[in-house]
Amino acid sequence: EFRRFSLERSKPGKFEEFYGLLQHVHKIPNVDVLVGYTDIHGDLLPINNDDNYHKAVSTANPLLRIFIQRKEDADYSAFGTDTMTRKKNVLSNVLRPDNHKKKPHIVISMPQDFRPVSSIIDVDILPETHRRVRLYKYGTDKPLGFYIRDGSSVRVTPHGLEKVPGIFISRLVPGGLAQSTGLLAVNDEVLEVNGIEVSGKSLDQVTDMMIANSRNLIITVRPANQRNNVVRNSRTSGSSGQSTESSLPSSTPNILGSLLQGEEESDEEDIIIEDSGEPQQIPKAAPTSESIESLSQIELLHESTQNGFLPSTEMNSNHSAGSISMEYEGPDPGRKSLEEDGTIITL
Amino acid sequence: LSQTVEHGFPHQPSALGYSPFLRLMAIGTRSGAIKLYGAPGVEFMGLHEENNTVMQIHFIPDQCQLVTLLDDNSLHLWSLKQHGGASELREEHRFTLKGPPGSPPSATQITAVLPHSSREVLYLGTESGNIFVVEVPSFRVLEDRSITSEAVLQRIPEDNCNRRSCELVEALREHPKNPDQILIGYSRGLIVLWDLQNNKVTHHFLGSQQLENLYWQRDGSKFISCHYDGSYTQWPVSSDNRQPEPLENTVPYGPFPCKAISKIYWQTTKNGLPYIIFQGGMPRASYGDRHSISVIHGSQQTAFDFTSRVIDFFIIFSSEPAAEFDDPSAMVVLAEEELVVIDLKTTGWPAVHPPYLASLHCSAITCSHHVSNIPLKLWERIISAGSKQNIHYSTMPWPIDGGTNIAPDPPQRDLLLTGHEDGTVRFWDASGVCLHLLYKLSTVRVFLTDADPNDNMNTLGEDEWPPLRKVGTFDPYSDDPRLGIQKIYLCKYSGYLAVAGTAGQVLVMELNDEDAEHVVDHAEADLLQDQEGYRWKGHEKLKTRDGPVRFEAGFQPFVLVQCQPPAVVTSLALHSEWKLVAFGTSHGFGLFDHQQKRLVFVKCTLHPSDQLALEGPLSRVKSLKKSLRQSFRRIRRSRVSSRKRRGGGGNASEVQEANAKFDQDALQEMELAPVQRKIEARSAEDSFTGFVRTLYFADTFLRDSSRHCPSLWAGTNGGTVYAFCLRVPPAERRMDEPVRAEQAKEIQLMHRAPVVGILVLDGRSTPLPEPLEVAHDLSKSPDMQGSHQLLVVSEEQFKVFTLPKVSSKLKLKLTALEGCRVRKVTVANFGSCKTDDYNENDLAVLTNLGDIQIISLPFLKLQIRYPCIRKEDVSGIASCVFTKYGQGFYLISPSEFERFSLSTKWLVEPRCIVDMPEVTSNNHVHNKSGVENAARKSSPGDCGEDERKSGRLMEHALLNDEKVLKEIQSTLEGGR
Repeated sequence: EFRRFSLERSKPGKFEEFYGLLQHVHKIPNVDVLVGYTDIHGDLLPINNDDNYHKAVSTANPLLRIFIQRKEDADYSAFGTDTMTRKKNVLSNVLRPDNHKKKPHIVISMPQDFRPVSSIIDVDILPETHRRVRLYKYGTDKPLGFYIRDGSSVRVTPHGLEKVPGIFISRLVPGGLAQSTGLLAVNDEVLEVNGIEVSGKSLDQVTDMMIANSRNLIITVRPANQRNNVVRNSRTSGSSGQSTESSLPSSTPNILGSLLQGEEESDEEDIIIEDSGEPQQIPKAAPTSESIESLSQIELLHESTQNGFLPSTEMNSNHSAGSISMEYEGPDPGRKSLEEDGTIITL
Repeated sequence: LSQTVEHGFPHQPSALGYSPFLRLMAIGTRSGAIKLYGAPGVEFMGLHEENNTVMQIHFIPDQCQLVTLLDDNSLHLWSLKQHGGASELREEHRFTLKGPPGSPPSATQITAVLPHSSREVLYLGTESGNIFVVEVPSFRVLEDRSITSEAVLQRIPEDNCNRRSCELVEALREHPKNPDQILIGYSRGLIVLWDLQNNKVTHHFLGSQQLENLYWQRDGSKFISCHYDGSYTQWPVSSDNRQPEPLENTVPYGPFPCKAISKIYWQTTKNGLPYIIFQGGMPRASYGDRHSISVIHGSQQTAFDFTSRVIDFFIIFSSEPAAEFDDPSAMVVLAEEELVVIDLKTTGWPAVHPPYLASLHCSAITCSHHVSNIPLKLWERIISAGSKQNIHYSTMPWPIDGGTNIAPDPPQRDLLLTGHEDGTVRFWDASGVCLHLLYKLSTVRVFLTDADPNDNMNTLGEDEWPPLRKVGTFDPYSDDPRLGIQKIYLCKYSGYLAVAGTAGQVLVMELNDEDAEHVVDHAEADLLQDQEGYRWKGHEKLKTRDGPVRFEAGFQPFVLVQCQPPAVVTSLALHSEWKLVAFGTSHGFGLFDHQQKRLVFVKCTLHPSDQLALEGPLSRVKSLKKSLRQSFRRIRRSRVSSRKRRGGGGNASEVQEANAKFDQDALQEMELAPVQRKIEARSAEDSFTGFVRTLYFADTFLRDSSRHCPSLWAGTNGGTVYAFCLRVPPAERRMDEPVRAEQAKEIQLMHRAPVVGILVLDGRSTPLPEPLEVAHDLSKSPDMQGSHQLLVVSEEQFKVFTLPKVSSKLKLKLTALEGCRVRKVTVANFGSCKTDDYNENDLAVLTNLGDIQIISLPFLKLQIRYPCIRKEDVSGIASCVFTKYGQGFYLISPSEFERFSLSTKWLVEPRCIVDMPEVTSNNHVHNKSGVENAARKSSPGDCGEDERKSGRLMEHALLNDEKVLKEIQSTLEGGR
């Protein structure tokens, strides 16, 4: 179906409104769809949030051509660079989706449908010699897969160089999460665990801290190999660049600490089985703990299947109102931007 | 946090001292501690900075001062001084004897110390044979008064002696009547009487045997020497004969070679027959391994056979110089593992029950349980049961009674129950400073064990000679490790006691004031249920006795539940009102109705992949231990031959050096291959996830918010919490209808850390009271109006959930933030020391780092944190037990509990006073001052004794009055 309608270029509104409008004009109110447009280079690009929606509207010259696909039939391979140079192919795929069933493609999901396994975070607030790595253990069967040991490191102090005890990564298990990220290496010195400095703590304490945080582990390391450090001023990251103006390197890495409370809420949700019924996630009781309920749903799905449970339908309906968003951050926009900045998602 | 007092027996005691003047006893240890004990409650403790072994302790005559000699050859002067109304033990001076430059260390190595009765000087005998004189308290060496071996040899005919005769001073003894004469005994057998006024030898005595020790007879006319070959010799001292011959030379356990007699007393009595008391001297071949002290009085002779090496001993006798005879009343023996006091006045020489220094470890402690504020009736019944066990003890009042206890009376009666490896439970009075054994319960009688009843070391009659008599209670050799007690729960209101052990046995007992013979009901709980394909490779369950068993008065078992597989019981809960007992092992948990004697249900918690839990890994280690037991008994200490200081000291230092070297090597090795720790999230498949860590009964809202019901909660090692809804029939139909249980909830904590505590808070956020607490008007009824909350404590987190619909409300993540884990947790009630009407409940938490944290309820805010136990002290941390009012105990050695207090209101610590005698003039006349001192001393001592006597009388009256007993019994039964 082809529809033509007008939008006010100066006030395009929000993506959700636009999405609603599309569903309305096509009379498909309850169908999940993917929305795409062709940019000036002829690439088919997705519209799925306010940012790229606004970007798309701004590129309209004067017409904005939008492609809509039913989500379950979507051919994600259609999106991306050079897609429109193969326009014919794309259009045929888009318009006749049954076409690709004969020729199965490797399906690559939309970014938000990916589950991150690790990320480098807080690049802008850490010294360049440090790296803060977040490992997302949930939902994967991969073991975290690393070992730590005692050792000694050299610090520059007012009294000159001093040898101080430190904690180091001693081994990466092949195929483990830690190794597969490529962000951690043997002999990297562990400086912090989830925002808490490890100096003065014993190996056993640090082990316990890491295991206690294992479902959302954030380790700050000083990499043994300092040649691959992110050089902050020549950043070439493909992130949205929304907060490139964010503050200059601060020497207080503990900023993270303030973020943890909220973030941590997402790292685990206990499960209850009532009267030998279906296992359910234990909800939050008091509104006082303003946490991010929505964050945990996906996690829960993963978690439950991993544990051999089936999530109850009740729970699904409960949460269907909440956006099934792949954001793992809290609702605080400031935090989100801080975190997104410099994020490298490794797949 | 204050660490207030150490209970129990000092670890590795090394020296003993006694002041007949102060009537105080001092014990030194290998770690440099010195502890003084007098009347019950009178205790002082000091610690030498060096942490070196205390070799000797000597009280300065008629002073509140004592001198210690450490194994680094340093001397330390301690004194008791009054400060703020109480006496304190303080180190005043320290001193190391220095020889002339270039002299060998042996020149100044002190072997004997004699504090002179003038109180002004110490005579220090050395390895070189020279005797140095130092002033006290200044420790100034008086060189002109030294007694050199050359000076001694001048007066002795050369054909009898050579230079070597004067090597090593073994003993220094002041003449009992003439302070100007001292007896010097050299190691090779030469003994001289030295005149201090004229600086010369007045007599010399040529002993042919290597000398061990000397003892003056009271009148100074004779002295005794004892020797390495097991002989002792009596020597006359008369003015006319300068080289006397021995009056008597005896080898008491001859004629075959004997071991050394290392110390001897010769005590005179009115009836003329002396008491000859000596340590050692046993026939070397057959009894060389015994630790004995023999007492000979006329035709009576007993060789007291101690359970461990004798460190030292002393005799309490009439110390009044005016008295004509010694008239010994008691013998106090410090053995390596216990203190034994023998009443020498009562025929049969029975032992005296010590009010302190109890050997907590007479069988290794396996668990402890504290019950605060025991109702008087239960207290009296326990004391009464205990007194029936103690009839073989002497009734003599405790003979070491110096000082006055001025601590306020304990605020309440507290019981500490310790479970032991040999299947016994000991009940200790933990109300005050003296941890005193009230009653000992043995569970062994219920079972058939391999223990051979004839295997008794105390077989009198079989061996007539030597007349050995075993004394003491220390017996660390468990007959059957399966008997070990692992969990204890006592309901102080009903007198029900549940104990559970190593082989899955759970016993429920009731207090009975009479002996009784009955059959113990026996049930089995198969915790594996339908799980198939598992094989338990651990120990077998204990065999039970068929038919009725005779039990002595006290706690008598009436129900035995045996878990199958017979794994160690890891958690236990008893609800005395509902008459239910719950128990858990590494396989699951069960609930037993001890009223109807029926198993209500079992729940298997085992994960199918958990093989370790099935095999019972503990079993192998234990059986090895058992098999070693017999051989150990035989070879124990058999190699201890010469305890000569030279040899002993040398060996010890060599061993220490070797150990140090080994440690260093081990350390280096560790550095080469550093310890690694695996970082991995926990999963359901980890080992021992099914291990039941905690069980809890609660009357709460489990299913809906309108009806509360009894419930049972269980928490596992894998972070699972199970809640069972119970239906307990009302009292009138209690025997007619079965108790029913139905699983209502199962909570899986996603962090999967072991659940160590479960607690329900009522509508006022107060923890639910204990069973029967409300019925006894000792607690407000719980609030059933407001909504209840569930607190789950895992090793890593504290979480509060709402009830009955479980939603998470609050949490505190301890491990994620601090890297420490919860080891022990309890609810403690803290009162204000300023006002009586304020008190609050908090969680007292001990972490694996040895810190104690106080966490508020219900908001889970960390209030305060104290370092308490060294984090390396794993057994100390594991042994910690909290009381309900903010105190606690933990083992600082196998035999000692340290008591600590977190509360400002409840503090139990020694506070006592030792009267300072006025220092008489320097022209001190021995006899006169002695009489004065004795007179002065008698007043506080007597009054203390009177008080004690009256207390004892009261107790006696209470327990012997049938009416009182019946009343106690009827009230208790009425309460049930």
